[in-house]
Amino acid sequence: MTAATDTPGTARVVIVGGGTAGHRLAQQLALHGEREVLLLAEEEHPPYNRVLLAEVLSGRYAPEVAALASLPPQVVRRRTRVVRVDREQRRVLCDDGSTVGYGALALATGSNPVLPPLRGLFDESRTGRERHELPCGVFAFRTMTDCADIDARLPRSRHAVVVGGGLLGVSAARALAARGIPVLLAHQGEYLMDRHIDSSAAELLRTHLMGQGVEVHTECRVRSVLTEGRRVTGVELADGFRLEADLLVLAVGVRPRSGLARAARLAVGQGVLVDDRLRTGDPHIHAVGDCAEHRGVVYGLAGPALEQADVLARVLSGKPAEYRGSRLLTRLTLNSATPLDIAAFGSTEPTGPEDRVVRLADAGRRSYRKVIVRRTGDGGERLVGGVLLGDLDTLGTLAHTWADDQDLVSHPLHLLTDIGTTTGGTSR
Amino acid sequence: MSESAVETHCPYCALQCGMGLRRVAGAEPVEVVERAGFPVNLGALCGKGATAAAVLRPGVRLTSPLVRSAGGELRQASWAQALDRIGDALTSTARTHGRDAVGVFGGGGLTNEKAYLLGKFARVVLGTSTIDYNGRFCMSSAAAAGTRAFGVDRGLPFPLADVPRAGCVVLVGGNPAETMPPFVRYLRELRENGGRLIVVDPRRTRTAESADLYLAPRPGTDLALALGLLHLVVADGRTDKRFIAERTTGWEETRAAAMAHWPEHVEAVTGVPLPQLRRAAALFCDATSAMVLTARGPEQHAKGTDTVSAWINLCLATGNAGRPYAGYGCLTGQGNGQGGREHGQKADQLPGYRKLDDPAARAHVAAVWGVDPAALPGPGRSAYELLDALGQEVHSLLVMGSNPAVSAPRSARVADRLRALDFLAVCDVVLSETAALADVVLPVTQWAEETGTLTNLEGRVILRRKAVDPPEGVRSDLEVLHRLARRLGHPDGFPSDPEEVFAELRRASAGGTADYAGISYRRIAAEDGVFWPCPSPGHPGTPRLFLERFGTEDGRARFTPVQHRPAAEEPDAEFPLRLTTGRVLSQYQSGAQTRRVPALNSAAPGPYVELHPQLAERLGVREGEPVAVVSRRGRTVSPARVSGAIRPDTVFMPFHWPGERGANAHTNPALDPVSRMPEFKVCAVRLERA
Repeated sequence: MTAATDTPGTARVVIVGGGTAGHRLAQQLALHGEREVLLLAEEEHPPYNRVLLAEVLSGRYAPEVAALASLPPQVVRRRTRVVRVDREQRRVLCDDGSTVGYGALALATGSNPVLPPLRGLFDESRTGRERHELPCGVFAFRTMTDCADIDARLPRSRHAVVVGGGLLGVSAARALAARGIPVLLAHQGEYLMDRHIDSSAAELLRTHLMGQGVEVHTECRVRSVLTEGRRVTGVELADGFRLEADLLVLAVGVRPRSGLARAARLAVGQGVLVDDRLRTGDPHIHAVGDCAEHRGVVYGLAGPALEQADVLARVLSGKPAEYRGSRLLTRLTLNSATPLDIAAFGSTEPTGPEDRVVRLADAGRRSYRKVIVRRTGDGGERLVGGVLLGDLDTLGTLAHTWADDQDLVSHPLHLLTDIGTTTGGTSR
Repeated sequence: MSESAVETHCPYCALQCGMGLRRVAGAEPVEVVERAGFPVNLGALCGKGATAAAVLRPGVRLTSPLVRSAGGELRQASWAQALDRIGDALTSTARTHGRDAVGVFGGGGLTNEKAYLLGKFARVVLGTSTIDYNGRFCMSSAAAAGTRAFGVDRGLPFPLADVPRAGCVVLVGGNPAETMPPFVRYLRELRENGGRLIVVDPRRTRTAESADLYLAPRPGTDLALALGLLHLVVADGRTDKRFIAERTTGWEETRAAAMAHWPEHVEAVTGVPLPQLRRAAALFCDATSAMVLTARGPEQHAKGTDTVSAWINLCLATGNAGRPYAGYGCLTGQGNGQGGREHGQKADQLPGYRKLDDPAARAHVAAVWGVDPAALPGPGRSAYELLDALGQEVHSLLVMGSNPAVSAPRSARVADRLRALDFLAVCDVVLSETAALADVVLPVTQWAEETGTLTNLEGRVILRRKAVDPPEGVRSDLEVLHRLARRLGHPDGFPSDPEEVFAELRRASAGGTADYAGISYRRIAAEDGVFWPCPSPGHPGTPRLFLERFGTEDGRARFTPVQHRPAAEEPDAEFPLRLTTGRVLSQYQSGAQTRRVPALNSAAPGPYVELHPQLAERLGVREGEPVAVVSRRGRTVSPARVSGAIRPDTVFMPFHWPGERGANAHTNPALDPVSRMPEFKVCAVRLERA
């Protein structure tokens, strides 16, 4: 969209949401310098890098160190919650009663934590907002406020339970363990991070976490939160077993915040549907980051959120740009004296006879490398997934090959070891 | 050294190795002999230096002025005819189109005296603001970032002898094993002393091979890499809080910018695995003192200045500046890349590294020149913008010590712009590609035929001496300026004797950042060079800058918050690869000198494309077979050089060759907003079988 189509009378870009994507978009728009930018943010904390939350919790960073660079002076940032989008009048209504007109609207509303359906989580005796207040000692793990609340609770905690063994839950458990509190990680799936890695890698991860002071229980479903006077005392598992807990962290996933878009009758799938110019069905409304769904994918990761924000900033500044999706590796780093690195992408198990597995494992070095290669119709071979754990030496080659998505020209072993790729000595 | 040898310096790079020249009877009038006592190289020379005498062979020299005839051919002419033609053309252009329509283009290989006099000639005789030089393509990003942080831009703020005494050296985007071989001794000694060497380069060069740790980021991502390292330094609590508090400003915002570049993101952007980043941060922080040295790799980008700032920030955050054996430095490229940017051939600058828009600077220099400060023109166009304006706003051009038809980005367009001029005059030793387009070519003296000072990459002012008489018919650049000035109404103020010019340069630079006031030819000879600033004859010179204070107003070094951003031209479906460019061992810059030295040229006879075996396999190209590189700006064909030492997403071409074979047919003239450096080091291309 160009500024010219922005009637009536405003070329202003209004960004809803001051998280990773919204902040970056504002910053990049200011760099392009073409349009007035107004950012409407809900969170009370000054903008911070959400990726660092687990590290703030672990004590590696002070909260203020996770702060993002302040926005350039030409960007106006207001703390308010947008309650409605009026597409007719091209304005948004805020909870403080104000309205703001836009030439272009960018939804960067992010995502909300998903709360698991646990008995006792909500106070059935109350109504409205109060009903959804979590019991004392129970936290989601999504915002700096969550982080600060957990931190404040820590001195009085003797047993922590983390529910959810995905990326976020594993990070949270590791961070709590680093603070010296016994942590039990309860994961419903067959093995840790089962959406991203295979069982062998998960076993190494589990061993690592145990060494860090995290007790890992897989295939373990939590049924209820046990409370005394709305204060958590433990959890009850599906098999009736009870675990003591005075700190309970819920990390079972996130869900795009698409309420505003839905209410404005924009198309919403898992997230707000956008095209390659990050545009919704309304040419004046765009969406980026965790709330957006592009070509069937909601990324929910900071890397793609930044890429999308950069593309949209160009689009809104009248410059050529398209977002064609991100083929990034999922990365997890568990920092400690002996950090553990995990990288994963695509499918990590063969899905048919055309798939084969190439694997290098060295349990002694806590190193595991595996790729899935698929025979294509024309006799070629293509990389369709993989896991690296421990040793990431070939991560660059692997990431490049994955992003490239072309037929492999040599034996896939080169994706797992740099022997072979470095033949021929130095550049001559 | 033999008694009859003249003590001088090499004609090539910014090391300015000491050498002796002894007269002999043969095809070459002198031979190169060892000058063991000079501290920079202690007698050692690379192949280029050792064969330097070959550039003096008469056969390759111009010995008569050439003037383009009515029929369009370059014909021999007398000096008087040639100079008259130049004088008339410049006068006529100024009259028709205004003074700024007359342009001057200098070079980083010119001596301090020539650079100084050329700048004065432009401002005083021509009265034009249109002057810049090829150093803009070389040092300008490092210079801008250095000035921004330290208030002073001197390539190395310490002598080379300090390098082996650092605990850790990070060399970013430089390949001295090929581009300045005698420098490698310092890296070897560093490692012998137990210091660690980290090399950052998309190609595993000979230099990289000798490193303790080698990082291979994608071209165009050094900025992210530096930010990622700073992030890790903060995360691990390894900043030098006391240094930050006492000797710097601007830390909070810079830290915030670094925190936005978290390690896994930096890994995805650069392609450098996080464990390697961690290792680099640990080596850097574990060292008792550390240095970062950048070369053109990180600098020649549309974000080159910010990239250098990011590396400087890393040094400042860890207290690695303003103390011995630590700090940021830039490996200057051209012979006088340092001095050439200090004395006024740069569009925005007056002698002594003064700013052209600073009233006090104008008043001082105008007084030395005996002119009204108001008569001095203001800042003009930067190099690429100047070349881009040829035939449009700039109609006549005088080129001295440069070959922009080969060395400028998007060179085919630059050659077109040169052709579009009403008038082009080129002073050169040989008929370079640029000279071949000229209306008048003046044959000038070269290295060994003239005397003059240069300032090497350490800020050490050295003296190159005349060892042989120039061929008949050849005159010095200073003499050209002297005679042209006289023709254009300035009989005084443009001496042709270098020592006389230097005396004036000393006065003009006095009190400036690059203060040469206390330096004399005699002192240079007696002291193996003198480090600026040297404000008085009794001052010892300044080998190490910033020990007490930085060159900023408050004496503190300034952090600059910077953000990573993509290259001006990122790969896409049509052009999926990154092209990066550089130099090879046996050639130098645009090749105008080395392509004419048989021993060098046979070692590296032509361009090539270096590509990864996987890429070669996919393309079906074998070693030595022709491969076409195609970009939005050009198409070149050269032999494939298949090597596992380069990233599979990147191809490399050396840039020494002109025109349709040259790397600069592709390079992107997108400019850095601060330094106006073009983006030589990365553009998008595809490969085709040819």
